[in-house]
Amino acid sequence: MALLKEPDLGTPARHGPSVDLEVDGHQVSVPAGTSVLRAAALAGIDIPKLCASDNLEAFGSCRLCLVEVEGGKGTPASCTTPVAPGMQVRTQSPKLEKLRRGVMELYISDHPLDCLTCPANGDCELQDMAGVVGLREVRYGFDGENHLDAPTDTSNPYFDFDDSKCIVCSRCVRACDEVQGTFALTISGRGFDSRVSASAGESFMNSECVSCGACVQACPTSTLQERSVIDLGMPTRTVLTTCAYCGVGCSFKAELRGDEVVRMVPYKDGGANEGHSCVKGRFAFGYASHPDRVTKPMIRERISDPWREVAWDEAINYVATRMTDIRDRHGVGAIGGITSSRCTNEEVYVVQKLVRAAFGNNNVDTCARVCHSPTGYGLKQTFGTSAGTQDFKSVAKADVMVVIGANPTDGHPVFASRMKRRLREGAQLIVIDPRRIDMVRSPHIEAAHHLQLAPGSNVAIINAMSHVVVTEGLVDRVFVAERCEDFEAWEQFIARPENSPESLEEVTGVPAAEVRAAARLYGSAGNAAIYYGLGVTEHSQGSTMVMGMANLAMATGNIGREGVGVNPLRGQNNVQGSCDMGSFPHELPGYRHVSDDTVREVFETLWGRTILAEPGLRIPNMFDAALDGTFLGLYIQGEDLAQSDPNTKHVTAALSAMELVVVQDLFLNETAKFAHVFLPGTSFLEKDGTFTNAERRINRVRPVMAPKTGKHEWQIACDIAQAMGYPMSYQQSSEIMDEVALTTPTFAGVSFDLLDKVGSVQWPCHEEAPTGTTVMHSKGFTRGKGRFIETAYVPTAERSTRKYPLILTTGRILSQYNVGSQTRRTANIAWHAEDILEIHPHDAEVRGICDGDEVTMASRVGETRLRAQVNDRMPVGVVYTTFHYPVTGANVVTTEHSDWATNCPEYKVTAVQIELGRKPSVTETVARHRGGADPDQPRSHESHDRPAALLGD
Amino acid sequence: MSSAEVARLANDIAAQFAHRSSADASLATATHMRTFWDPRMRRQLIDLVAVGTGDLDPVVVGAVAHLDPPT
Repeated sequence: MALLKEPDLGTPARHGPSVDLEVDGHQVSVPAGTSVLRAAALAGIDIPKLCASDNLEAFGSCRLCLVEVEGGKGTPASCTTPVAPGMQVRTQSPKLEKLRRGVMELYISDHPLDCLTCPANGDCELQDMAGVVGLREVRYGFDGENHLDAPTDTSNPYFDFDDSKCIVCSRCVRACDEVQGTFALTISGRGFDSRVSASAGESFMNSECVSCGACVQACPTSTLQERSVIDLGMPTRTVLTTCAYCGVGCSFKAELRGDEVVRMVPYKDGGANEGHSCVKGRFAFGYASHPDRVTKPMIRERISDPWREVAWDEAINYVATRMTDIRDRHGVGAIGGITSSRCTNEEVYVVQKLVRAAFGNNNVDTCARVCHSPTGYGLKQTFGTSAGTQDFKSVAKADVMVVIGANPTDGHPVFASRMKRRLREGAQLIVIDPRRIDMVRSPHIEAAHHLQLAPGSNVAIINAMSHVVVTEGLVDRVFVAERCEDFEAWEQFIARPENSPESLEEVTGVPAAEVRAAARLYGSAGNAAIYYGLGVTEHSQGSTMVMGMANLAMATGNIGREGVGVNPLRGQNNVQGSCDMGSFPHELPGYRHVSDDTVREVFETLWGRTILAEPGLRIPNMFDAALDGTFLGLYIQGEDLAQSDPNTKHVTAALSAMELVVVQDLFLNETAKFAHVFLPGTSFLEKDGTFTNAERRINRVRPVMAPKTGKHEWQIACDIAQAMGYPMSYQQSSEIMDEVALTTPTFAGVSFDLLDKVGSVQWPCHEEAPTGTTVMHSKGFTRGKGRFIETAYVPTAERSTRKYPLILTTGRILSQYNVGSQTRRTANIAWHAEDILEIHPHDAEVRGICDGDEVTMASRVGETRLRAQVNDRMPVGVVYTTFHYPVTGANVVTTEHSDWATNCPEYKVTAVQIELGRKPSVTETVARHRGGADPDQPRSHESHDRPAALLGD
Repeated sequence: MSSAEVARLANDIAAQFAHRSSADASLATATHMRTFWDPRMRRQLIDLVAVGTGDLDPVVVGAVAHLDPPT
C-alpha cells in the first residue's frame, strides 16, 4: 500500500455518557470528557494543532487549536476544553485565523528555513500547519535571538536530536512520561531558554533514555529524527506486519523505499502495542540484511569438511535421501525435527506435519521446551489449556499486580509500559524475584512488596501465600464452589503448618511477615493479576509453580474477568504459536494428545498417513538417544541448540554423534558447526504468515520483500516431505492456516482473509466467538471446572556446596534478545557489548573482586570467563548474568537438572564459584567503553574452532 | 539413553508425588510417564526394574507395575 498516515484525533478517547454539541454547524455526539479538538476531528473538522496528539493528554501549549465558543469568553484551546451539552463551537473566524497566523509567525521566526533539504520534508507538522494557517510572511525577520545554532546530539545510534528545529511542544517529554513511563526527558530552563533535555542535560546516549522511539514518533518536526530517514530519505510505502522479537508481538508499519526498509513505526491500531514500541522492534531490524546472512544451501559429508554451496534441489534431495537411509537402517524413531518460536505458525505447522506424516513418528519438539513448556503443563492441568488468561489491555483494570520471575521492562518492554501506566494510576505491585528488577523502584513506581526469595524456592513462596489466603479467610468461596473442583483436598494440604510463611522462611529467605502482607494484599484486592516469566518455569519445579499460581488465582476468584488472571510473558515472538501448532511430541495442534483416537483420525484422514499414538522424544531425550546410538538424524528449524540448551558439552557431544544434522537458520550459528546441511532461512521481513503472541493474538506477518533465499521456509519443509515420498504442497501460506482452521477447533474460521479484515484475533475462535476471545475462562474453564492441585515443595537437587558456594541465575537485558544472533548484528551492541556478571559487594569483597574485573565462573560441568559488576541488586550468595553472547558461554556451566514434568532446563539455579581472573588493562577498559565488541559469529562460510558456547532462550 | 539418566528422570517425577500415599504416587507417576514419555524410555525403565539395577525410588518401582510394556 501507499505510505499509511494514521489519523490523529488530537486527544485521547474518553468513555462516558454521550454529549451532543455543534461544531461549525455540524451536530456531533461524543462521550463526556472528550475535548472539543477531538469532537471536531470526529465530525471531520481538523483544527490546526502542534502540541496535541491522541496518545498524549492535552497540554495546551502551542496555542494553535484555539476556538470560539458561543456565549464564552476569549479563544480557549480546544485540546484542553471539554465538550458540554449544547455547546456551539466555531473553529474558523477572522479572529482565530489571525491569532493562529501570529503564533505560526513566532514559531517560524526561530526555525531553520531548510525545508527542501530537511529530512522531514513532506512529513513535518510544522510545515503542514504553516500551510494550513496561510502563513505568508514573518514580520519579525530572522535576525533576532534564536536557537538556530543549537548543536545536534548524534549520540544515539538510531536517531538524532537537532535542537535547532525544536519548537518545545513537549510532545517528546510527555511521550516519555505517559507512553513509555521512563521520565528520561524534561524541559530545562524558562521562557526563551526552555529546551528539551535528556536526564540532567546529558546526551541521549548517556541519559536514562531507553530508545523506545516514543519521542521520535511524537516529534512534529525533524528535531527527533530516525537516522535511517536522514540517510535514505522519506519512505514511500507501508506494509503492515508484526515484530519478530519478544512475545508482546507489536504491530508495525514497515515503511519502505522500494524494497528497502527505511524505518519500522509502531502501528496505532495494533492490538498488542497500540502505537508503542521498544528499541528492538523499532530500530534493531538491520540483522535481516546483515552480511553474515547465508542465502544459499550448503552441504558437507563430515563436519570437519568445508561447506559446499549447492542448488536447492541437491540440498533437499540430500536431506531426504539421508533421512530415509537412517530410518531404513535404524528404525522409524531414529529421526526427528525441532521447530522454532521465531518462525511463523505456518512454518511450524508444516514441520510438525513433516515429522508426523513423512518421517512417520512424533519426534518433534520446539524451543519452548527450554522456556515455557511448564506453562503448557501447568495451565492445562489446572485450567484446561496452555494459554495466558487475559489480553494485555486487561492490566489497566488490575488493582494489584504480581510480577514473578519476570523483568518486563527489559524482556517485554512495551507491556511493561502498560503496567507502569496502571501503577502510576494507583495499582499496587508485588515483585517476587531474587533480583531487584527495575520495576521494584523506578520513577513514580515502587513495589509495595519485593519478596526477594532464594532461587529455587518459588513453590515454597506461592504455597506460603496460598496458606495465608486459606487460613485468614481470603478464599472466594462462591467462586470456588461454582467454578472449581478438588478444593477441599487442596485446602487441607495448603493449610498444613509446614506450608505457613513462618515454616518456609528458612527456605525462601523472605520474612514471614512480608509474605503474609503480600498475600493479604493479593487476596483482598478487587482485581489481582499474576504475570510471570522464565523465573517461574526454568526450575526443577517449574510446572509445580505454574499450578501453584493457578491455585492461588482460583482460590481468590481472580480468574475470568478483566484485570485478573495468570499470564505467562512469553520469551520469543511465537512461543505461543509454535506450541499451538502441535510442536510437542505428545500433542497434535490445539494441545490434543496423540493418544486421542478421534483427534488422530482427523489428521490421518486429511494427511493420508497413520500417526503414532505414542509420544515421541523431547529435545533432551533426543540428545541422550543420540549418545545411545538410537537417534541419528535431526532437522532443526531456527534453533541454536549448541548455544541455547544447557550443559553445552553434553549437547555438542550428542550433535557430534548424529549422522545427519540439518540446520535451517539465517546465520551459521553455533549448532551449524555440527551440521551436515545448512538450509538458509528467511527473516521476518520476508515471511508470509502469522505469529501468535502471549495474549493468544494471531497477527499477520506480511512480506516486505521476496525471500532472499529464493524459497519460503514452509516450502523447504514441503520439499523435503515430497522428496521423501510424502505429497505435501501448498500454493501459498494462507492454505496452511486454512488447514489449521479446518483441523483445530480453537482456530475455527481463522484465515488470512479474516485477519486482513479485522486486524487480529485472539484464540479461541469458534462459532460463538468468530473474532476471538479476549479473556478466557469467563463462564467456565476450558476443562469445565478449574482444578486445584496439591503443590508440595520439593527442593532442587542443585545445591550450593563448599566448592561451588554461590547460586547463579540468569536473565536478559533490554537491548539484546535471547542468544543475540539478531540483536548482536545491530547497533544495539552500543548498550550491551558483552555479558556481565552481577555480584553482591560482600561476595565480591571476600574474593577480592572489583567492578570491571575479569572473573572465572565455574560449576561442576564447566567454566567460563566474564567481567564482573559489583552491585546490590542480587542478595548475598546469588550472582546473575545475561546470556546474549556465545563467547561468554553461560550454558557451559548450566546443568542437567530440569523441570520434573517437562524437562525444561533449570537455567535459574546453578551452583557456581566465582574467582578473580585478571584486572583489565586501561587500554581494554577504554576499548570496552567505546563499544568495541568482538564479533562472535563467523563471517565466512568456514567452520571455526572457537569453543561452542552457551545459553538459553 | 543411559540407565542412570532414565532413573534420574523417573525419580524426579516420583519425588513430586511423595506427599501422597505410595499407591497414589505410583499411579500418578505411571500416568505421567505414559502421557509424556517416549515408549523406548518406558521400556528401558521396565527393563531396569526387571533386572533390579538402578537407584530407583520405590514409587518408581511401584509405577512400573502400572506400565504395559510398549509394543
